Amino acid sequence: MDQIIFAITLLITLVVFGFTASRYVRLFMLTKPAFPVRDIGKRIILVIEVAIAQSKMFRKPFTGILHAFVFWGFIVMLFGSIEMVIDGLIGAERSLHIFGGLYDFLIAAGDLFALIITVAIIVFLCRRLFLHIKRFEGIEMKKVSHIDAKIALTIILLLMITLLGLNSSYVAYQNNIGGEIFGVYPVSIYLAGIYTNMPVDTIHVHHEVHWWAHILLIFLFANILPYSKHFHVFMSVPNVFLSRLEPLGKLPNMENITREVKLMMNPDTAFAEAPDDAPVERFGVLDAEDVSWKNYLDSLSCTECGRCTSVCPANITGKKLSPRKIMMDLRSRMKDKSKGLIKKGKDYSDDKSLIRNYISEEELWACTTCNACAQECPINIDHPKLIVDMRRYLVMEEGSAPGGIKTVFNNIENNGAPWQYSAEDRMIWSDNLELKK
Amino acid sequence: METKKLNVPVMADLHARNEKPEYLFWVGCAGAFDDRYKKVVQAFAKVLSYLNVNYAVLGKEESCTGDPARRAGNEMLYQMQALQNIEVFTMYEVKKIITICPHCYNIFKNEYPDLGGNYEVISYVEFLDNLIKDGTLKIDISKFADAKITFHDPCYFGRANNIYEEPRNILKSLTASVIEMERNRSSALCCGAGGGQMFKEAEEGDKEVFIERTEEALNTDAGIIATSCPFCMTMMTDGLKYKNKEEEIKNYDIAELVALSLGL
Repeated sequence: MDQIIFAITLLITLVVFGFTASRYVRLFMLTKPAFPVRDIGKRIILVIEVAIAQSKMFRKPFTGILHAFVFWGFIVMLFGSIEMVIDGLIGAERSLHIFGGLYDFLIAAGDLFALIITVAIIVFLCRRLFLHIKRFEGIEMKKVSHIDAKIALTIILLLMITLLGLNSSYVAYQNNIGGEIFGVYPVSIYLAGIYTNMPVDTIHVHHEVHWWAHILLIFLFANILPYSKHFHVFMSVPNVFLSRLEPLGKLPNMENITREVKLMMNPDTAFAEAPDDAPVERFGVLDAEDVSWKNYLDSLSCTECGRCTSVCPANITGKKLSPRKIMMDLRSRMKDKSKGLIKKGKDYSDDKSLIRNYISEEELWACTTCNACAQECPINIDHPKLIVDMRRYLVMEEGSAPGGIKTVFNNIENNGAPWQYSAEDRMIWSDNLELKK
Repeated sequence: METKKLNVPVMADLHARNEKPEYLFWVGCAGAFDDRYKKVVQAFAKVLSYLNVNYAVLGKEESCTGDPARRAGNEMLYQMQALQNIEVFTMYEVKKIITICPHCYNIFKNEYPDLGGNYEVISYVEFLDNLIKDGTLKIDISKFADAKITFHDPCYFGRANNIYEEPRNILKSLTASVIEMERNRSSALCCGAGGGQMFKEAEEGDKEVFIERTEEALNTDAGIIATSCPFCMTMMTDGLKYKNKEEEIKNYDIAELVALSLGL
C-alpha cells in the first residue's frame, strides 16, 4: 500500500515537473542565439571554482560561508534523497547501505550538514525578519519577493528538521529493537536521546511521519522552485557552466549591423556575403522574446540576493537603476507573456513591452557599463549586456536617446570625435613639446 | 637644463619615407581635445621619445574608436568608425597599438577582432610596468618618495580586462605609500563617466557618482589621486574642485607621474 501511494505521489511530482519544464523549454526555443558553447574544459573549471567552491560568494565572507554550507549540504543530501525514492518504490529501508564505507561517509556528512544548515537558515531568516539589510530592499523588492524568500527558507528549515527527526528516530528505533544501524549519525545519535522513554511503536510512528514529511516536502519544493526566485537551486550551476567566457569588457558583435555597414561602405562585396533569405530582425531588445537564451537563463537563475545592486554606482547614488530589477523584470515579463508566446509564438502581442512597461528608459540610461554588477554576481549573471541591448533598440529602432548622447553621435559622425572639434586640430597637443637632452 | 624640440612622429610622414614604426601610439579623442588630458598625452609622448621607442601617431587620421557610440547603443555608428579605423590600420600595416585610454584599449583588444581587426594591443600601464621591471625605465625615486598616492581603478582596465597590478606596480616604484581606497581593484567604484555618462546629464538621484568616489579617495589622506583614464581624470578633478580640495590634493595620470619622476 505504502509503495503504491509513494509511486503515485512520485508520478504526480514528475508529471507536474515535466509540464513546467516543457513550458520553459518552449520559452527558451523562442529566445535568440547568444554564443556557441565551446571550451568545455574551461567551463568545467569555472563550475568547480565558482559553483562548487563558491569563490564569488566569499566576497562577503560571513553569508558566503553559510551559503556554501547550504550548497555543499544539498549536494551531499541528494544521495540520501535518491535512497529515499528507491526505498519508497521497493518498500525497503536504507537500501543503499550496500555502498558500505561511502554510504557511511555520505550519510554522516548529510546528518552533520542537516544541523549546520538548520543553523544557517535560522541566521538567514533572522536577517530577513529582524535586521534591516539594505541589500534586501529596493523598488523591485515587493512584498511578494520577501514572502517568496521566507517561504523557501521555511521549507528548507522544515526539510532539515524532518531529516534530523527521521535520522534520530531511526537510530532510536533500531537501538530499541536491537537491529543493525546502517550509516553513521554524528548528530542524530545524540538527538535519539529524545526517544529514550518512548514505546517502540510510538518511535516507529515518529519515524514514518518524518520520513513522509521529508520526502513530500522535497516533492513539493521541487515543484514550487520553478515558480519562485529559488529556481536558482536548479539553474545556477548550469548558468555558471554557460557563462560568457570573454572578458567582461567585451560586447557581442551584431552581425546584421556588420552586413549593413559593409553594404554602405562597399556595396559589391557585401552583397555577395549577405544571405538572400535573411529575415528582417529587430535591432536590440524591446521585449522578452528579443533576448538571448543566456539573458533568459540569467534571469531564471537570479535569486535576488542584491549583490549586484549593492555595488551599482547608479543605485548607490540614488538613481532608479538596479541591476537586480533588470533581471527580475525580464523574468516576470517572460512569465506574464508566456501563455500567449507558447500558444501563438513570437508574433504574439499584448500591447506591452519589457522596455517602458517594466523597465524605464531612465533606468537604462543610468548605467555606466562599469560591470561591477556582473563582477559581483556569484553565479556570473551578466546584466550590462542586456542593458546595452535595450539601448540598442532605443537608439537604432526609435532614434531615442538623451540629448547629450545624440550630440555625441552627431559629433562622431561629423568630426570623428565625441566633441565638436575638427580632425585638423588633433595634433595641437604636440606643438612646442620639448624634451631634455 | 638643456632641451630640444620634440617632434612627435606621424604615421603618414613615416609612410612617405617608407618607414614603419614598431608601435602605433593611439592618442584618443580626449588626448587630442581635452585640455587637461592633453598634458597626459604630452607626458607619455615624452616618455616614449626619452626611451627611444620606435613609435608614431596617426595625427589627423585618427578618428573615434566608436566606444561611446557603442555603449550608448549605436552599434551602426560604432561599426562604421571601427571599419574605417581598421582600413587605416591596414593601410599602415599596424601590428602593435599602445593606448593610454582604457576604453580605446578595450575596444581594440576585445571588440575590433570581431570585425577583422587583430592587433597586439598594449595598455600604457602594462608597457611602462614591463619597462620598469626589465630595467629599461629607471625611476628617480627621490621625486615622489614622500608622496602618499591612492589609485582609482578605471573600469575598463580593471574589471573589463583584469589589469589591476600593473598600475600599482608603477606607483610602488615611485613611492612606498600607495594607499588603497576602501573599494579597490575588482570592487572599485566607477567614476560615473563610462557608458556614455560623460556626455549627458546624470539621471535624478541623491548624489553624483564622482562625488561619492572623490570622498572615498579623500578618506585615504593621500596627497595625490592617480588615475589612468581620461574620463576618470575629468571626474576626479571635478570632484576635487567640488570639494574645494584642488589646491591641497592633486589628480595626476600615471603617465604624468612617471614623466615627472624622470624630470621630463
